[in-house]
Amino acid sequence: MKPFSVGAGPVSSAGVLVRLGAIGALMLSVAGAFAYVGGWLSPVRLTQDRMMAAFQHASGTHAGFRRNHAKGVCVTGWFESSGQAVALSKAAVFRPGRVPVVGRFALAGGMPFQTDAPAKVRSMALRFLLPGGEEWRTGMNNIPVFPVNSARGFYEQLLASSPDPVTGKPDPDKMKAFLAAHPETGRALSLIKKRQVTSGFANSAFNSLNAFRFVDAAGASVPVRWSTVPVQPLAADSAEPSAAGDKNYLFDDLIAQIAQHPQQWRLIVTIGQADDPTNDATLPWHAGRRQVDAGTVTIDHASSEDGGRCTDVNYDPLVLPYGIEPSDDPLLSARSAAYARSFTLRAGEEHEKAPSAVTAQEVQAGGKS
Amino acid sequence: MSTQARFPAASRLPHWLMAPMIVAMLFIGVGMAASLSPRYELLVSIHRPLGIAIFVLCLARIVNRFINPPPELPDTVPSLQRFAAKASHVVLYALMFIMPLVGWGMLSAARYPIVLYGPLRLPPILPHDLTLYAWLRDLHTVLAYLFFATFLAHFGAALFHGLIRRDGVLQSMASWR
Repeated sequence: MKPFSVGAGPVSSAGVLVRLGAIGALMLSVAGAFAYVGGWLSPVRLTQDRMMAAFQHASGTHAGFRRNHAKGVCVTGWFESSGQAVALSKAAVFRPGRVPVVGRFALAGGMPFQTDAPAKVRSMALRFLLPGGEEWRTGMNNIPVFPVNSARGFYEQLLASSPDPVTGKPDPDKMKAFLAAHPETGRALSLIKKRQVTSGFANSAFNSLNAFRFVDAAGASVPVRWSTVPVQPLAADSAEPSAAGDKNYLFDDLIAQIAQHPQQWRLIVTIGQADDPTNDATLPWHAGRRQVDAGTVTIDHASSEDGGRCTDVNYDPLVLPYGIEPSDDPLLSARSAAYARSFTLRAGEEHEKAPSAVTAQEVQAGGKS
Repeated sequence: MSTQARFPAASRLPHWLMAPMIVAMLFIGVGMAASLSPRYELLVSIHRPLGIAIFVLCLARIVNRFINPPPELPDTVPSLQRFAAKASHVVLYALMFIMPLVGWGMLSAARYPIVLYGPLRLPPILPHDLTLYAWLRDLHTVLAYLFFATFLAHFGAALFHGLIRRDGVLQSMASWR
């Protein structure tokens, strides 16, 4: 009798042992493959859990808050399309007309109670609510390029800038080593340092940083990056917080300005050419590329995150309407995955969340300024 | 050859159609929950429509099971194994049905748009509620591990029937004629 024929009749006892061993080996291989895919057998693979641990290492534990861009306020308003981007993208959001917008202004970093300061990176996140349940979500920063071009780079930068347990401050040698290993970050940081820092959120321009693709009605696509450019007049930061000693001065100014008058940004789409990199967010695109004014974002209401409409929203950059597609930028998947894990963690901690830095009372009072 | 009755083709076909779908789904799921790599977007875009396809096929299969009941196990199978076989099949059917619903429900509670393909989207089936989302998200993970463990037991039992007991139970599903 062949030891592995699948037939009828009894198997010899030696045959049973061999066959049991084979079955065990097959089951173990399948279980092992599952564990491998889940990352349990790869101690150095950069997983979502390890990225979250790095955020905690850098910023501490703040139950219920976003792991990054933790300090923020909610806003609402609308987007009025100019109709000019219709030729580039079939997305319904670009047809002439209005769609509601739920947004969030925030400071980069995982500390929800950090003190506002001019040089800190500011962000604007928008959720466009299209007809038929479609959505477009985007998170933009007031920097011209992103400091890293990969999830690994982001992770290593987080670790290098984490406070040393002894001194309580980041170890400059670690940052030096990180920059030596990541020359793209050094080049990006020199561009970021040269940016014009304005007096507040309302006159800041925010950039998508990552590239996307606009797909037109015929199915043809072009690489794009987008920005929101303030209609409010630019004013350089005076380096003097408008209300001295107000650790929320950036947010309070914004709340006061919105209460006074709706604040507006033009949504400018830049169309990339063949030599503009789509897979590296540390590199700027060439100047003078064609730009299209897709419409105007108007923000007419601000509220605290506590009870605000942006709080339960994950501004996942891969939530895109039909007509906008991801590019080959590896950061898009990394951001989407990390945001999803951060969202899941804070959803589970919702009941233990402390009040946000910008409270409902503060917004009600029209900002402190 | 064994006299063990075979499953009819109407049962064998969906079994072998769905087996690779479900195994792929479990591996994609565990992979995407860990991943920060560029593959993440692709995995998510497969996971959602594949889950819904499994749900639809599962409904058809439940109907088929009433029309075409499975053949009885041979009399030589001890009663404890008989019970284990019955229970594991109930668990497999329950998970095929519940897992896609939990996935659809948790995305609804988080208010992620549920994109199937291109402009095709599923409507939310639950209110926008973070606590509900967190609970369903955990449930999705726990049920996925249970699903994988049950699949592994099913796989091992099928091999046990085919290679050691050789009682025709494996052939009742795994024959192409």
